[in-house]
Amino acid sequence: MNAQLKTFLAFVRKEWRHIFRDRKTLLILFGMPIAQMLIFGFALSNEVKNSSIAVLDQSKDEISQQLIARLDASKYFDIVEHLQYSQQIEAAFKKGKVRLVIVFPPQFAKNLESQHEIGIQLISDASDTNVGSTLVAYAQAILNEYQKELLGRRSLPYSFKTELRMIYNPQLNASYNFVPGVMAMILLLICALMTSVTIVREKEMGNMEVLLVSPVRPVMVILSKTIPYLFLSIINIVSILLLSYFVLNVPLKGSIILLLAVGILFIITSLSLGIFISSMAKTQTVAMFVSLVGLFLPTLMFSGFLFPIDNMPLPMQIISNAVPSKWFFFIVKSIMIKGLGLSEIWRECLILLGMTIFLFFISIRKFDLRLKI
Amino acid sequence: MIQSPIIETNQLVKQFGAFIAVDHISFEVATGEIFGFLGANGAGKTTAIRMLTGLLKPSGGNARVLGFDVYTQSELIKASIGYMSQRFSLYEDLTPMENIRFYGGIYGMSKQKIELRADEILGELNLTSFKDQLVKSLPLGWKQKLAFSVSILHRPALVFLDEPTGGVDPITRREFWELIMRYAHEGHTIFVTTHYLDEAEYCNRVSIMVDGKIAALGTPGDLKQSFQSVNMEEVFLRLVGNPVS
Repeated sequence: MNAQLKTFLAFVRKEWRHIFRDRKTLLILFGMPIAQMLIFGFALSNEVKNSSIAVLDQSKDEISQQLIARLDASKYFDIVEHLQYSQQIEAAFKKGKVRLVIVFPPQFAKNLESQHEIGIQLISDASDTNVGSTLVAYAQAILNEYQKELLGRRSLPYSFKTELRMIYNPQLNASYNFVPGVMAMILLLICALMTSVTIVREKEMGNMEVLLVSPVRPVMVILSKTIPYLFLSIINIVSILLLSYFVLNVPLKGSIILLLAVGILFIITSLSLGIFISSMAKTQTVAMFVSLVGLFLPTLMFSGFLFPIDNMPLPMQIISNAVPSKWFFFIVKSIMIKGLGLSEIWRECLILLGMTIFLFFISIRKFDLRLKI
Repeated sequence: MIQSPIIETNQLVKQFGAFIAVDHISFEVATGEIFGFLGANGAGKTTAIRMLTGLLKPSGGNARVLGFDVYTQSELIKASIGYMSQRFSLYEDLTPMENIRFYGGIYGMSKQKIELRADEILGELNLTSFKDQLVKSLPLGWKQKLAFSVSILHRPALVFLDEPTGGVDPITRREFWELIMRYAHEGHTIFVTTHYLDEAEYCNRVSIMVDGKIAALGTPGDLKQSFQSVNMEEVFLRLVGNPVS
């Protein structure tokens, strides 16, 4: 047993050397998490700020002017063009800068007084669907607010008052969504991609053959490869959490112990996936490709991190349940943002645990089978 | 001096689906012998070696290596043999010293023993001044010689060399064979495959595989005589079906 442990440590030591002598590996290991956090945290955001819009004011009365001033003053919009004729609208869009055109009909204020109902046209560039609908929603909100103020001067017989409260993320901070997502991506990338590539490299270089002819058991070869990545990934989780807390101001409401435990569980899931891929792939390129297409893409698509799962067609929703990162994403979000404890999310944790155990045994078995035909 | 054979196979078969890679081969290798295992690509050499080293379970027949049964005692076989593959087997991003320590660790050698053997090897190969440089910076010939020395680090009684001299210049091949012969002279057995037929002359006995069967077996001298050839290359070509006239 002692000899076995010694051999195992010899392997782990060798693996550390491989990692620390390869600049590219180091860059991926430590540069990537930080880069991704900062990119997702700052550069990519769902919020729309200072969008260029144009107005066509055919009335030019007091109320339309007030509304335009208000739109311009909001942080969401910059009025870059004042159009004169409706024919100019399309040209304004085609120049590409303007995302939204707001059209006030002639005699706006006068008709508002006399007809009690008046249309304002919002024309939005929907070639970018998300931005298009977001801008329309923002503009509507500003217009509605003004309308409320107008109404405030008179009394209406009935009125609904809706009060909006965004809980868990009152500022609609996009990082709240990205941090758990980036964490899932980075762990998958480092554990699955890097382990599969390093195991396959050993096969490609012919080292694996020599190891298999030696008295070392194949399982030990594989497990020793995963140990350094397990450690490095834990470091990465901690650094992601520190970055998100101190730089992106994402709170950590729940238990950090639970979060780390789930993180380690997901690392093991990813490592198992990496071993699984390495048992099938013959070259490093194939391993890398399979990891990216087979793991990375589903994580982006089905974890709920970029696209809401509830909006997907039913078959896609069913598929999404098979993606471990979906569960990890949900659990991390619940712990970090909502502050939920194990008693509320034990079901999801159990599913992830089950998946991990299943994948771990399947991949070890598959690896053994591959070697002993 | 009669010793029991270190390898003995009897009607050994390996079948992959309908394809018979190794077709009922029977031969013996004596202790201390340099045994050349020749054959064209795809003749079944690698499959045979994989069965003898415990990597592959045979489909039929019997084989014993160092007295251990290949079906049931492959772990014991693995612990007692050395192996160097046709593909390069040292880690390029480790130094010679780190490679030696790693492989020594795999075979469960003690630290003192590893250091002792390392000194011996590095001295023998004139690599002492390179011991802390990465292997990838060494010339191919040196890497190959080092790979051989590492494969016999634990002093196995039997060592399998699968095309150990591929891609190496003639001078280095010569030096490589000197290492092999020195190890054989110490009483160890060498089982070697090669594509260089001049190397077959270094072997005590040679077997030539054709289509999964052993087509000829004997000392290089006997083979040349019985095939009326001047060298092993001619023997080989006659057997593999491209007669030289």
